[in-house]
Amino acid sequence: MQFRHKISGGDFARAGNVASAVKKILRQLNIDHSVSKRIVIALYEGEVNVVAHAYSGIIEVEIDENKIETKITDKGPGIEDIEKAMEEGYSTATPQVREMGFGAGMGLANMKKNSDSMKISSVPGEGTTVELVTYIRNHAG
Amino acid sequence: MVRLNKSRGYNNKMTIKEIAGIVDGKLICCEEKASTFVEYAFSSDLMSDVLTIEKENLVLITGLANLQTIRTSEMSDINCIIFARDKKIGEEMVSLARENNMVLVESPHSVFHISGELYKAGIKSIY
Repeated sequence: MQFRHKISGGDFARAGNVASAVKKILRQLNIDHSVSKRIVIALYEGEVNVVAHAYSGIIEVEIDENKIETKITDKGPGIEDIEKAMEEGYSTATPQVREMGFGAGMGLANMKKNSDSMKISSVPGEGTTVELVTYIRNHAG
Repeated sequence: MVRLNKSRGYNNKMTIKEIAGIVDGKLICCEEKASTFVEYAFSSDLMSDVLTIEKENLVLITGLANLQTIRTSEMSDINCIIFARDKKIGEEMVSLARENNMVLVESPHSVFHISGELYKAGIKSIY
């Protein structure tokens, strides 16, 4: 099962719509609740990141019987120093993002915590891609 | 509203309705779900912090009233939010909360006051 959603940068009113839709699908598929919660939280953080930092983005989710793969690709400023961006507490968020209750430099770390593998690649000035894999039946490692 | 759990540790499960009574709260949405039990509470205006919580049967106490407060609670399976200091709860927030069977409570008290009352009543903290 595969689906694809577009997200618009700056559209805070809709941030979370994709994660919400995925949550409902995972529930219908009877995916274990604790697994589904991890995926949904990682995805929501990712979605908020796109809304907060990028101009536009695409979220692709692929579910098979063993794992759920999520790819978040955005067009935006990109990340200059990925290692630094991964540090908890480091943030380049605007005051508007902080007003929404985000931008404390916890997003990427929380995405990592809630997935079994996370890969980030970025071209400054062009955009960022984050790929997450979460295993459904403890197939990690 | 009868105050049930005056001594800490006596009974640390309460219904949302009982909790709302303790904080002089007004139920804004999904009153029919107010008989659900709550065991834990977490106070935060930082949604990323809320998203780190793994516990369920949790009430969120916050001063942050926007759509992302509701979205975050949806993702974290939080079924009750108490908004401190009578923050304005918008229509969109109510409709999203209703979609997710979430009880919204407005309290005139501060986050500190609400947290203190619920802690005293036996509601457990997360960290």
